[in-house]
Amino acid sequence: MGLELYLDLLSQHCRTVYIFAKKNNIPFEFKRVELFKDSILGRKMPGGNNPGHSREGQHCREEFGKVNILKKVPALKDGVFTLAESTAILLYLSRKYNTPDHWYPSDIQKRARVDEYLSWHHTNIRTNAPKTLWIKVLIPLFTGQKLPPEKLQEVMDELAISLKQFEEKFLQDKPFIVGSEISLADLVAIVELMQPVGADCNIFEGWPKLVAWRSQVEEAVRKELFQGAHERILNAQDLRKVQIDPQMKKEMKPLLLKMLK
Amino acid sequence: MVVELFLDLLSQPCRALFIFAKKNNIPFVFKHVELLKGHHHSEEFGKVNVLKKVPALKDGAFTLAESIAILLYLSRKFNTPDHWYPSDLQKRAQVDEYLSWQHATIREKGCKIFITKVLVPLAGQPFSPETLEEAVEELNSALKQFEEKFLQDKPFIVGNEISLADLVAIVELMQPVGCGCDIFENRPKLAEWRSRVEEAVGKELFQQAHELILNVKNLSTTQLPPELREHVKQFLKT
Repeated sequence: MGLELYLDLLSQHCRTVYIFAKKNNIPFEFKRVELFKDSILGRKMPGGNNPGHSREGQHCREEFGKVNILKKVPALKDGVFTLAESTAILLYLSRKYNTPDHWYPSDIQKRARVDEYLSWHHTNIRTNAPKTLWIKVLIPLFTGQKLPPEKLQEVMDELAISLKQFEEKFLQDKPFIVGSEISLADLVAIVELMQPVGADCNIFEGWPKLVAWRSQVEEAVRKELFQGAHERILNAQDLRKVQIDPQMKKEMKPLLLKMLK
Repeated sequence: MVVELFLDLLSQPCRALFIFAKKNNIPFVFKHVELLKGHHHSEEFGKVNVLKKVPALKDGAFTLAESIAILLYLSRKFNTPDHWYPSDLQKRAQVDEYLSWQHATIREKGCKIFITKVLVPLAGQPFSPETLEEAVEELNSALKQFEEKFLQDKPFIVGNEISLADLVAIVELMQPVGCGCDIFENRPKLAEWRSRVEEAVGKELFQQAHELILNVKNLSTTQLPPELREHVKQFLKT
């Protein structure tokens, strides 16, 4: 049995793993998880009772539950070994498949810089950037209501602080976060920043350094692969056409209200 | 030149570093950055960490922020025993998995309790019992996942020996304890795991690292002078 990666490319964390595996020619089976059907932010949907859910879809959901008890994507299955958390999966793959050094440099100071970014990212860009998609697309989709523009502005202001720190502390005047080559740090950062772009919030506008960095990263990854990975999120507005299960709407409401605070 | 660690033991990640360095006999200079006095805003500290947060490391000209990055850097530079960050691919992945997951769960919710119960009143602002209740509920949910997914029936998060995962977890869970929320009460599995971790680290070192946080309740009932209250207010904003 080969490597299985459970992914929904709507999720930034899944895109990192997908791009990394593809770029490094790591053979894997793409196990498609649909976030708004199979697992919503860790909440497992009820099984085959829902109309329109195929038996195959249910099987995938059950299988997914066994792979990752946290029921979040991405998840990895390598034989009997299962793993959650994109950072852990990226590092595991880089070690198992001996990917080129620049992804996670063996030099301990450069490696520390990657670790430093990966850690900081969690509580900064990762908390702010996705909110744009929630506010502009997902919450209106679930509640049928549009949110006041101040809400979005609040999030954009918070994100601007993170972007400033990103430029000043992590990028500075270098082409990539850790010097002259792309690493896991750049990959993790870029996919997160594409989330607002998917929500039609052009966060790169007014940040020329970031724009230049984004170009470098796309180039290093290969434009075609980058575009392919981002197709779903760049058409996130299409989600508006999706009919959400009423049960799902009910379950999500308290979580969404919390997100708004 | 000896490594400098910029720490305030009120902070959970600082405690993890302190314990790790001491336990592994890593020589370092303890540079005290008193958060409640606003030391982290000093220009001098800003040169060490432009993000103005503790912990931070200075090793010659090399500076580093983020406790997990620092822990890993020290483990590599000083070749610490394998169990801290096992070379076995799958065990190492399990440590990485915990270290990643804990940011937005155990760490975030534990911090929320500390801020609500201790810092907000210290800053002279009204205490919100609803916010505290919400924070406790969220932490309870995270603890459930911790027991079911990460600890299960094992002595430590990654098998039979203590690793960075357990160290990072325990210091975070001591924060609510210091605030008077004994999350180990009525959780026998967790309490047993805590005992094992304390034993593995060394009880004396564990107590030493936690002395400040375990006495933080005394801070909250003392009237802070206005300048200090202002510092705490500033701290809450950052």
